[in-house]
Amino acid sequence: MFRRSTLARHGLFFLGLAILLLLLTSFVFDPYTNYNVSEVAIYAISAAGLTVLTGINGQVSLGHGALMMIGAYTTSVLLTWHADLPLILMLVASIATTGVAGAIVGIAGARLRGPYLAGATLALAVALPQVPSHFASVFGGNQGLSISPPLPPAFLGANFAPEEWLAWIALAAALITFFVLANLVRSATGRRFRMVRDNEVAARLSGIDVARTQVLAFVVSAACAGLAGSLFAYWVSGTSPGGFTLNLSLSLLTAIVIGGLGSLSGAVLGSFILVYLPVWTGGLTSSVNLSSNVANNVPLAIYGVVLIVAILVFPRGVAGGVASIVRGATRTLRSSRATGALPAAPEAPSQ
Amino acid sequence: MRLFVIYTVDGITNGMVYAAVALALVMIWRATRIINYAQGAMAMFTTYVALVVIRHGAPYWLGFVIALATGMVLGALTERLLVRPVEARPPLNAVILSLGVLILLEAVAPMLFGGQTQSFPVPVSNIDLVLGTTQLDISPFDIFTIGAVLVAMLLLFVIFQRTTLGLRMRAAAFNPEISRILGIRVGRMLTLGWGLAALLGALAGMLAAPAVYLYPSNMDEVLVFGFTGAIIGGLESPVGAVTGAVGVGLALSYVSGYLGADLAPLGGFVILIVVLMIRPQGLFSFGRQRQV
Repeated sequence: MFRRSTLARHGLFFLGLAILLLLLTSFVFDPYTNYNVSEVAIYAISAAGLTVLTGINGQVSLGHGALMMIGAYTTSVLLTWHADLPLILMLVASIATTGVAGAIVGIAGARLRGPYLAGATLALAVALPQVPSHFASVFGGNQGLSISPPLPPAFLGANFAPEEWLAWIALAAALITFFVLANLVRSATGRRFRMVRDNEVAARLSGIDVARTQVLAFVVSAACAGLAGSLFAYWVSGTSPGGFTLNLSLSLLTAIVIGGLGSLSGAVLGSFILVYLPVWTGGLTSSVNLSSNVANNVPLAIYGVVLIVAILVFPRGVAGGVASIVRGATRTLRSSRATGALPAAPEAPSQ
Repeated sequence: MRLFVIYTVDGITNGMVYAAVALALVMIWRATRIINYAQGAMAMFTTYVALVVIRHGAPYWLGFVIALATGMVLGALTERLLVRPVEARPPLNAVILSLGVLILLEAVAPMLFGGQTQSFPVPVSNIDLVLGTTQLDISPFDIFTIGAVLVAMLLLFVIFQRTTLGLRMRAAAFNPEISRILGIRVGRMLTLGWGLAALLGALAGMLAAPAVYLYPSNMDEVLVFGFTGAIIGGLESPVGAVTGAVGVGLALSYVSGYLGADLAPLGGFVILIVVLMIRPQGLFSFGRQRQV
C-alpha cells in the first residue's frame, strides 16, 4: 500500500518527522536552539515556495522577500487593530493576502520570460519595502509595528518556554507546507509545472494552459511566502521594512540553489545553512578577533562564493553535487568492471 | 510650473545615470544573452576604489580614471573567469552566477573599505547656477553628469559603428559561429565587450555616488532603475535603453516630487508592469516571436 500511495507514504513520513521534532524541541533543544529552529522552519517554508516556482516551474523570482513582507504586514496590521485575534486566523489571512498579491504578480508575470520576469520581480523587491514609510499611519513607518509573540496555552503550564511554543508552531506550519507541496509536485499539477519549465511549446501542444499553470505556481509560491512572513512577524515580534531588503530575496534564492534547485529537501538544507552559517562564522570570527566590518560580512561573502562555486562546479546545487559525486563514484566502480562510457551529468533546469 | 522644471531637470540628470547602467546591461545582453545583476555592485566597488585614491590626496580626475579602468578590468575578468564556463548552460546558471558576484562584492566592500555610509566628492559644484538674478535649476555637476554620459555614448557609438574592432565585436555578438570561421577571436571580443560595459557602469557609479552616497548596497536601486529602463526599451536596442532609462528617471522624479519620495520605486514598478502588459518585449524590440 505504501509503495503505491504517495499520500500514505508522505503522511507516514511527515507524522514520524513530527513526533521526532516534538521530542527534540521538548527534551533536547535549549530555548536558543528552539529559537533558531523556528527561523530555519520559517525560511524553509518560504524557500520551498520558491523551489516550486523557480526550481519546478522555471520562473525566476527575485522578489520573494517582498511577498514575505506582505504576509508579515498583514499579520502585524491586523494584530495592531485587534490584539487578541487568534494566531491561526492570522496565518490564514496572511496566506490569503499574499496569495492574492501572488496572483496579481503571476498574471503579469505569465506574459514575461527570463530577464523580463526577473526584472519585474526585482523592481518589486526594491519598491515594496519603501511603501510602509509613506503610509506611516497604517504601517508604522520605518519603525514598523510591534506585536506580542504568541503565548503558550495555559494547559502547557506556566513555565512553558515561549521559544518552544513558537518552534512548535513554526515546525507544524513547515511540516504541513512540505506535506502539501511534496504531494503537489508529484501530482498531475506538479508534472504540468515541470513540463511548462522544460518545454513550453510541447506543453502547449499537449493541451496545457501555460499561462494558467504559471499563475497557479505563483499563487502557491506566494502563499508559502505569506505563511512564512506571518510566522516571521511573530518570530521577531513585529514587522519593519528593514527586515525585507533585497538581501532577503537574494538569500532565499541562495538557499534553494545551495540546497539543489527543484528539490524540496534542498530547500530545508539551504534554510538550515542560511540560519546556521552566521552562527558558526560568528563563533569562529569572534575567536580570531576580526573587526566587526569583516566579521559581519563573512557569511555574506561565503554565500557569494558558494553561489559562484556551486554554479561553476555543481550546477545541481551542493546537495545535487554530492549526489552526483556519489553516483559518479559508484559508476566508476561499476565501469571499472564492465567498460562503458560514463553518461553525461544531468544539467540544471533551464528557466 | 517652477517645481515641474526642477523635477524635469532632476529626472533627466538621474535618467542619464540610469541610462549608463541600462546601456551597460544591454551591451552585455546583446553579446552574451546574460543580464549582469552584478553591474551595480561592480560600480559600487570601483567607486570605493576611486574614493580611496582621492582620500590619499590624488586629484578627483585621477580617481575618476582609475575607477573606470578598474571597472573595465573587473568586467573583463568576470567574463573570462566566471561567465565563460556557463555561457553554454541554461540561462538560470548565469543569473545565479551574477547574483553570486553581486553578493560577494557587497560583502567584500565593507571588509576592505568599511561599512558606514560615506560622502563622495564632486569635481564641479553641485549648487544650482545663478544667471544674473535668475536662479537656474541646474548645477554644474548636473551638466557634467549629462555631458559625461552623452560623451561616453558617443564614444561607444563611434567604436561600434565606425571602427573595425567595433565591427568585429558586433559580428561576434550577432553570430559567434560564423565570426569564428571568419577569423574573429570571439572570446576576446566578448571579454572586451564586458570590459567596456563595466567601464560604463563604473562611470554611472561615479556620477551617482555624490547624490546617493557611498555604501555597499548604494547602487542596488540605480541598477534596478537602469534595468527597468533597459527592459522598457526592449533589452535589444541601445537607443531604447537610453530612452527607457531617461523615461524612468523622469517618471521617478515626478512621482517622488508630487506624491512622495518613498513611492518613487513603486511608481517605477507600476510603469514597468504597465509597459510590459502592453508590450511584453519592451517598446523598442521588433518582430521575434517566441511562441509556436
